[in-house]
Amino acid sequence: MNKADGPRGLSRRQLLVRASAVGASFVIGSGFIAARDAAWAAEVTTLKPETFATLVQMARDIYPHDRIADEFYVIAVQGYDNADLAEEVEAGIAALDAAAQGKGHDGYLGAGWERDRVDILRNMEESAFFQKVRGGLVTGLYNQKAVWPVFGYEGESYSKGGYVDRGFNDINWL
Amino acid sequence: MAAPFDLNDDTVVVVIGTGAGGGVLANELAQKGVSVVALEAGGRYLPEDYVNDEWESFGQLAWVDPRTTSGDWRVSKDFSGLPAWIVKAVGGTTTHWAGASLRFQPHEWKAATTYGAVQGASLLDWPIDAEEMDPWYAKAEDKLGVTRTNGRPGLPGNNNYLVFEKGARALGYTDVHTGRMAINAEDFDERAPCQQTGFCFQGCKWGAKWSAAYTDIPRGEATGNLEVRERSHVARIEHDPDGMVTGVEYFDKDGNLQMQKARIVCVAGNSFESPRMLLNSASALFPDGLANSSGQVGRNYMRHMTGSVYAVFDKPVRMWRGTTMAGIIQDESRHDPSRGFVGGYEMETLALGIPFMAAFLDPGAWGREFTSALDQYENMAGMWLVGEDMPQETNRVTLNHDVTDQWGLPVANVHFSDHPNDIAMRNHAYKQGAAVYEAVGATRTFPTPPYPSTHNLGTNRMSENPRDGVVNKWGQTHDIANLFISDGSQFTTGAAENPTLTIVALAIRQADHIAREMSAGNL
Repeated sequence: MNKADGPRGLSRRQLLVRASAVGASFVIGSGFIAARDAAWAAEVTTLKPETFATLVQMARDIYPHDRIADEFYVIAVQGYDNADLAEEVEAGIAALDAAAQGKGHDGYLGAGWERDRVDILRNMEESAFFQKVRGGLVTGLYNQKAVWPVFGYEGESYSKGGYVDRGFNDINWL
Repeated sequence: MAAPFDLNDDTVVVVIGTGAGGGVLANELAQKGVSVVALEAGGRYLPEDYVNDEWESFGQLAWVDPRTTSGDWRVSKDFSGLPAWIVKAVGGTTTHWAGASLRFQPHEWKAATTYGAVQGASLLDWPIDAEEMDPWYAKAEDKLGVTRTNGRPGLPGNNNYLVFEKGARALGYTDVHTGRMAINAEDFDERAPCQQTGFCFQGCKWGAKWSAAYTDIPRGEATGNLEVRERSHVARIEHDPDGMVTGVEYFDKDGNLQMQKARIVCVAGNSFESPRMLLNSASALFPDGLANSSGQVGRNYMRHMTGSVYAVFDKPVRMWRGTTMAGIIQDESRHDPSRGFVGGYEMETLALGIPFMAAFLDPGAWGREFTSALDQYENMAGMWLVGEDMPQETNRVTLNHDVTDQWGLPVANVHFSDHPNDIAMRNHAYKQGAAVYEAVGATRTFPTPPYPSTHNLGTNRMSENPRDGVVNKWGQTHDIANLFISDGSQFTTGAAENPTLTIVALAIRQADHIAREMSAGNL
C-alpha cells in the first residue's frame, strides 16, 4: 500500500523502447534483451538477461492484459535489475525454472501455454518472491499513466474543468 | 493574549488534531473568544496543492506512520501496516472524505434498548438522543452546506448514479436520491459549486466540498484566538498530582520536544491516535493510561460494516466521472431483524480510478479472473456498503511496545474481528447490491472486501455510567475534568450513517459547553 513499496518512478532512459507491439523476448547480446519483433529492448545491468526476460513473462502471467504491450511490463519490473535485489531475483527465477523443468518444460519460458505457466505460479504463490513481484506490479503496472487509456480511464480532470460540461451524466443506454 | 501563544501560557485550550472534530472545535472556541493552540501532526495542504492522482495524493495526504494489526479481518492480511485510510494534514480526514452528511436515525442513539442483548456485543445506549442533537445537527448542516437540508438543492446525478438509481427503482427501493452531501450544488459560503471532477478522495481542488482545512481553520486563525502548529506530533499529555491535565508534550516540526501548558486539553486524533495518546501518557498516578479507570480506553473499536459491489455492463458507464459518492439508497438502513441481523446499512455509489481499483477490487488476486475484470473498467459501476457494526470489547487499540514510530513511541496495534451480525449484514448487502446492478443488466458482479478503514469509531466511548465508558455526554472524560475527547472515538455505537456530520455536530455542541463552563469558572 505504501507508495514506496515496489518498483516505481523508473527512469525511461534505462529503457530503449522502439515501438508498441507484443511478443516474447529473447536475448540479443550480453546484457541486452529485446522482443522477437524488436518492439522493445532493454539494457540489463545486473540481472542475467535470461532472468530478466523470464521476469517480464512472469509479470504478464500474473496480470495478463492482452492489450498492454510488453514494454509496460518491462517498465513495471525494471526496478529489480538492481544489485540489492539481484540475488533474490536470480534465486526466485531459478526456482521458477526448476519448477517448470520438473513438469517437463525447458524452463519457465519454455512452457508455451499460459495455463502451464500459471500452474507453476499457483504452486509458488505463497512464496515471498512471488508476493513481492505481484505486490510491486499493483503500482508498477497499473500506476503507469501510459496504460490508463487501455482501460478507458481518463486520469486527471481538474485542468480540463472536470466533467460538468464533458459527459459526467452522458450515459445513453439505460 | 493573541496568537501565537507562549509555551508557558497555561490559559490556553490545547486541541490535538484539526479534522472534523478538532478543527471544528478549535474554530468554534476561537469564535467565542477562547484562546486555542491546535497541535496538528501533519502539514498544511490547500486546494491548489491537491493532486488528481490517486497514489501521488495518497503519498501527500495519507497517515502512513507505522501501525500494526491483528484479528481475523482481511485488512490485517492484505494491508497489515495500514489499518486505516485517513489523513495526516491540517483539516485531517475532511480533505479526503466523500462528503456524505447523514443524521443518525432516532433509534440509533439507543442501540442497546432497540436491539436488545446481542451475544458478544458490548452495546450501550448513548447518554444523548435525537431530540438533544437536533439543533446541533442543524448547525452542522448549515456550516457544511449540506445538500437537501434546510432548503438547499441536491447535486445532479452522474453516470454511476444513474445506473444505480435505475437498478434501485427496478428493485422497488424508494428512498433513493443524490445524497445529503457537504458538496456545493450552488455557490455557498464563498465556495464554488461542484464541477463533477471526480477525485473527491484526493482533496477537492475547487473547494466545493467542505473541509476544515479551508473553512474552519483559517476562520479560527482570523480571530487571533487560534494558533495552529503544524507538523507537531504529540508524545504525551501531562498532569499534576491532583490528576488534572496541565499540558501537552509534543515533537515540533524540527523534531524538538516541546511542552505546551494548558488549561484544558481536547483530544481529536482519530480513533487510533486518541486512545494511543491516552495510553502513552500512563504515569504513576494513572498506570493504565489517562482517563482509563474503566479499562475502556481503546476498546469497542468500530469501523462500520463495509464492503463494495462493483458490476460490469455490456456498455460504458465511466463511473469515475463526477462526484465520487454521487447517490444513496436508504431503504436498508432501517432496523428490521427479519433480515437476520440488527441495525441497518446504507448503499452509496463509489468510484475508484484504475490504480486504486487494481489495489482494492480483490487484494492479492491475480490471473485472468482478476485482469478480465479490470479490462472492463470503462463498463463498471460501483457502490459502497456502510452499516452499523457491533461494538465488541475485544476489538481494540492497544500499544505495541515491540514497534515504535519515528519518535520512538510505541505504535497502535489495531485488533479487529467481525461480529456474526456484521457478517450477516455484509452478506445481505452484497446480495442486494448485486441485485441492484443485475436489474439493469450487469453481466458480472464483484463482492469487494472492506478497504482499510475510514470510519474509525468508539475507542473512547461515551457512557452515562463511568464504569461503561471513557467520556460523559459532553465528551468530557469521566476521570479528568479538564480532559475532553472531541473526535469519533467518543461514539458509543456507530449507527449506519457516515460519521462526519455527527462528529461535527458533537464538536459544535462541545465548544458551546466548554466555553460556558469556562465562563462559569467550572473549568
